[in-house]
Amino acid sequence: MKRFLIPLAVFFVLLVFLAIGLTLNPRDIPSPLKDKPAPSFNLPQLAGAGKTFSPSDMKGRVWLLNVWASWCVSCRQEHPVLVDMGRRNAVPIVGLSYKELRGDGEIDASRINPADEAALAEKRAQAWLASHGNPYQLTAMDLDGRVGIDYGVYGVPETYVIDKAGIIRMKHTGPITPESLQKQILPLVAELSK
Amino acid sequence: MRLRTLLFCCGLLFAGVTLAKEAAPMAADVEVEKRMVAISEELRCLVCQNESLSGSHAELAQDLRREIRKMISDGKSDKEILDFMVARYGDFVRYRPPVKPTTWLLWGGPFLLLAGGIAALVAFLRRRAKEVAAPVLSDEEHRRAAALLDSSKS
Repeated sequence: MKRFLIPLAVFFVLLVFLAIGLTLNPRDIPSPLKDKPAPSFNLPQLAGAGKTFSPSDMKGRVWLLNVWASWCVSCRQEHPVLVDMGRRNAVPIVGLSYKELRGDGEIDASRINPADEAALAEKRAQAWLASHGNPYQLTAMDLDGRVGIDYGVYGVPETYVIDKAGIIRMKHTGPITPESLQKQILPLVAELSK
Repeated sequence: MRLRTLLFCCGLLFAGVTLAKEAAPMAADVEVEKRMVAISEELRCLVCQNESLSGSHAELAQDLRREIRKMISDGKSDKEILDFMVARYGDFVRYRPPVKPTTWLLWGGPFLLLAGGIAALVAFLRRRAKEVAAPVLSDEEHRRAAALLDSSKS
């Protein structure tokens, strides 16, 4: 009887490890940008008539940077949460339109005339916001995804909580759910706004 | 006959298309390409996590390869390029993460398991050696054994 005890114990230890492993999300990669200054950029605003946006414009405020695209299916899932948040004026949300045309698998980006790209992307982004609601204070257009690389974006949607000093305090990968909003994002925003 | 000519023309047409598509992302400089591949083989594609950045067809992988090419052309060293990636995506992008307190278990774990296995093996062998050790015979048993051996001799 005793000789079976050790393999049985080893088996249960393994079982516990595997069970913990199953609950982890392999997509949830800790961002090295947490507690680092938000990378600066200067991008044209959607329908901004030539105006640009830079993270330093938000100095002194706690804000969210939400990376989205009209071709992104999960963005559709999270959008009602953002729209609701925008309606309640909980926290300013800035949109980062990520590779609106080039990221769309159904478009052959090499066929787009570079001169037309910005206008076409704006049109698509605006149409999407018109039909799904616009929770954004403004949207910056990252056509080639270069700013996305600086922010370590690897899957849209992604959301960054940035504090008054311009430091990234949290990165949320994947769609924001009402739970993650209530349990993580809003409490953090409230704490940072003090 | 006409159909065959038509098919042949179609074939030629597509051959041209595929060639053009394959050639487009190739950098002009073969050396740059070689270094890019060497670096990107050390990096994980974050979209398809079991693929290297070099082998992945994901959009992001293509963007990052383009970025690496650009950095090579700008004269950046391999280490600078690796640091660029790690600063954005974390140690997770490296297939060979650096040795530091949070990765000690990762690097040392296999050796710990090996040591544990060797210890278990040694303990097992010692115990077995004890179990199968030659039995100590009593005087009576010696006499009986000697008697049996003698009787078989004759």
